[in-house]
Amino acid sequence: MLSFNGLVTVAILYVLVLFAVAFYAERSAREGKVRWLNSPITYTLSLSIYATAWTFYGAVGSAARSGLEYLTIYLGPTLIFVGWFWLLRKMVRIGRAQRVTSIADMISSRYGKSGALAVLVTLLAVVGTTPYIALQLQSVSLSFSAFTHTQSDQAVSTGIWIAAGLALFTIMFGTRSLDLNERHPGLVSAIAAEAVVKLAAIVAVGVFVVWGVADGPADMLARIEASPVADTPVNGARWLGLTALSGAAILCLPRMFQVLVVENSDERHLATAGWAFPLYLMLISLFVVPIAVAGMSLPGTGDNPDLYVLTVPLSLGQDALALLVFLGGFSAATSMVIVAALALSTMVSNHIVVPLWLRLSQKNEPFRADMRLVALTARRVSIVVILFFGWVYYRVSGGTAALASIGLISFLGVAQILPALVGGILWRGATRLGAALGIGAGFAIWAWLLLVPNIAESGGFIPDLLNSGPWGIGWLAPSTPLGLEASDPLLTAMVLSLGINTALFLLGSLFSFPSPMERLQGAQFVNVFDHSQALKGWRGAVGAADDLRIMAQRIMGDEAAIALFREAARKQGREGELPEPTPDFLDQLERELAGSVGVATAHAMVSQITGAASVGVNDLLAVADETAQIMEYSSQLEAKSEELAQTAGRLREVNAKLTELSVQKDAFLSQISHELRTPMTSIRSFSEILMQADMVDDAARTRFSRIIHDESLRLTRLLDDLLDLSVLENGHVSLNTGEAVLSDVLDRAIHAAGAEAGGGIAIRRDRAREQVRLWTDADRLAQVFINLISNARKYCDAASPELVISVLSTGQGLDVEFADNGSGIPARQEALIFEKFARLDTAKGAPGAGLGLAISREIMARLNGDLRFVPGPSGAVFRVHLPARASAAA
Amino acid sequence: MTLVQKTLEAGPGTILIIEDESNILEALTFILSRAGWDVRGHGKGDTALAEVARLKPDLMVLDVMLPGRSGFDILRDLRADPAMRTLPVVMLTAKGQTHDREQAEALGADAFLTKPFSNDELLRVINDISPVVMARRAVGGPG
Repeated sequence: MLSFNGLVTVAILYVLVLFAVAFYAERSAREGKVRWLNSPITYTLSLSIYATAWTFYGAVGSAARSGLEYLTIYLGPTLIFVGWFWLLRKMVRIGRAQRVTSIADMISSRYGKSGALAVLVTLLAVVGTTPYIALQLQSVSLSFSAFTHTQSDQAVSTGIWIAAGLALFTIMFGTRSLDLNERHPGLVSAIAAEAVVKLAAIVAVGVFVVWGVADGPADMLARIEASPVADTPVNGARWLGLTALSGAAILCLPRMFQVLVVENSDERHLATAGWAFPLYLMLISLFVVPIAVAGMSLPGTGDNPDLYVLTVPLSLGQDALALLVFLGGFSAATSMVIVAALALSTMVSNHIVVPLWLRLSQKNEPFRADMRLVALTARRVSIVVILFFGWVYYRVSGGTAALASIGLISFLGVAQILPALVGGILWRGATRLGAALGIGAGFAIWAWLLLVPNIAESGGFIPDLLNSGPWGIGWLAPSTPLGLEASDPLLTAMVLSLGINTALFLLGSLFSFPSPMERLQGAQFVNVFDHSQALKGWRGAVGAADDLRIMAQRIMGDEAAIALFREAARKQGREGELPEPTPDFLDQLERELAGSVGVATAHAMVSQITGAASVGVNDLLAVADETAQIMEYSSQLEAKSEELAQTAGRLREVNAKLTELSVQKDAFLSQISHELRTPMTSIRSFSEILMQADMVDDAARTRFSRIIHDESLRLTRLLDDLLDLSVLENGHVSLNTGEAVLSDVLDRAIHAAGAEAGGGIAIRRDRAREQVRLWTDADRLAQVFINLISNARKYCDAASPELVISVLSTGQGLDVEFADNGSGIPARQEALIFEKFARLDTAKGAPGAGLGLAISREIMARLNGDLRFVPGPSGAVFRVHLPARASAAA
Repeated sequence: MTLVQKTLEAGPGTILIIEDESNILEALTFILSRAGWDVRGHGKGDTALAEVARLKPDLMVLDVMLPGRSGFDILRDLRADPAMRTLPVVMLTAKGQTHDREQAEALGADAFLTKPFSNDELLRVINDISPVVMARRAVGGPG
């Protein structure tokens, strides 16, 4: 038999081994050797913190007292892992996608990042978990005293040292990293090791009992049949209730959330845990009944069935086995306390201390630099305070039956989160109001019906208030809620608290409207599989750097981002490669990004990619605010940029038109210059010759004077044409409309064009058809005809030029066609003929300025008709069209 | 006899005028003939180079706006042809825009006149480039 001091030495040695495991794991993780850390087995083993000292020792005690009822504690989680695996997977995915840091964070995040909800859940978790920590401390203390037969007083005083040691361990491995990486490889490894020890211990005792105490399984079964365990009646309602309760607990317990979601590094690990964790639970519960039966039948096992696991080997002199059991129970207790303290301290720090600190500190204080240190300090202090409270609770209520029953009470406390949690994941309509009402009411009912009486009982003082109800109202008394004579207070409280909780959650959600942020988060949670990727494996540095680069390029633009990364890589001596995501580089990147998207968002984005996300509630709130502002701002921008795009489009059109007009104007001025300068050149030259009287004879003088005269006329015609065109184009033309007969107009035109008999071109007409009465401006129409006839006269290159003028009356009006028998107009120039100054390459010289057809077309437009070139194989054909209203048979 | 005297004795030489406006062509012909040049006229752009090759003139007056081919194109080809490269050219334009003058210079015109110009101006320009003509003739250039 070991002495008390010997046992303490063993415990300390064991703890040192755990420290070593944790240190080694931390170092391996830092160096990137993470294969074994990252295995699904480690993950599964870490889940075993569900089985605490309460189950390690208490299951046997429960079996001795109440038969197989202890199985419900394992049945609930097993059913969840097998039947509700999809829900676990969704929780893990959401946890990773939203960078959730705790169960309180999960609820807060789902309901629009509500700070109040986070505080409520944190309080619930702390209140529900602290007595449970006390229970663990008691288990260790009891096992000390059972082992060493010391007075329990001495054991109680050891509790403070155990609590201090656990606080130290949790602080060292739970709040170690300054970058607040939410995964703690060292801590998880130590817990996995403890899981192996506690399983090994209980299986070893079981094997010893079955084959050492009894003669194998058959004998064991016979002994069980003979024992009172077999006679214990099964209470169906209680079985159902406890199974449901433990199922709810595995989803809602803060420490379970910590290992299940927060510490999960690879979603695929969950698949392994899906069968391996139930298997672990089955193995750890397999020998519970044999040990209980052995404990009841063996002498010297003491009167506390909760310690049978330890006293059975002790009573038979199996000290080594007993020592293993002691370490197993120690493991079960310590791993639970460590993870619970870590999870609670994260909540307290993130949702209570840091927001308070931020509110109390000056707004202009350097926010980010101090933020992490404050968060870390808050966590460390929280860990110490939580463990201290646990020890105080144990000091006050240790050894009472009340403490032993705290396990299930604690389960029911955290189970109040379940409706809001599951509802939030499955139902987009769930709202903050519903969640707050449900959790608040459930919390209150649970505390009043179970927690307060339990605390009172463990204090040994039950005030009248609890017996007769507040203000003497009997149905408010915990012992007789709603006037019910509760035969099973736990079940009654469970039905009442969870029932009212769920009802208020549903009603509150139905009768309130979610805020935009809630709708956004609701969609993110419910449809998490639609827009998130499974997190596979430990994210390598290169992958993270690449992700960072892609993100930076999206936000800063390609050039700036690439320059930043190149410079950072150069500084790290990794020229031509991607820079390592060192803290310095990440800080720099965050600052650069913050210029575009704001500090909180930049931090959240970088953290998300590097997996170093510890986004406190204020970070999240800041992100939310920024996001809202950015959304508002960007919608305004969108409207503005649309306007701008339209304006720019209009400007481009106008500019194109102006440019075109300007080009046209330049070309036009250039053409006019040419057309004016050409005759002036002749005039100037010949007039200078004439001024020198001695230079020329009379014949030459006459000829040169005629040329000057002709060129002057040409200039005048040009100016007339230009003015005419200008007036026509500007629409300032006044038409002199009157009655006329087509044949008369044609007569005048042929005469004016000098195309009568002997004019160098034969005109063929059908006078009978020309007897059409017109209502038009006859002078203007004649001008068009003159232009067409003189063009034919000038340009028709046939040996015996001929112009056919034909008339055709149609329903739409009157067509007058002018067709010559020349070589026509080359196809490539057809498009140009109506342009100003378009003079075509023709065999004959071109004395006109090239404005005739342009003017004619404008005139016809004013007369509501038109002038068109009719393409064809023979000579040039022009068609003048007059509207029906303007013409009638004469 | 000096080189210049020799050249003068042989007469100023042949001028080819490419100009589509018959009245202008007539005025130029009259003036330059009076100055002693043997003047030939041609009114089309597309056949101008063939005319140069046929006549081998000592000097060319070249209008820009011509039917068939622009004066600039003709000058460009002229300067690219080793046989005609050194022919002195006076460009005439009626558009009066500076970029026409710049383009003419860039393409290697020896002188540039904007219509309308005075007869004296024309004669002075022709006179100015005559030494070039003489020198080229003396060293056995084209012509």
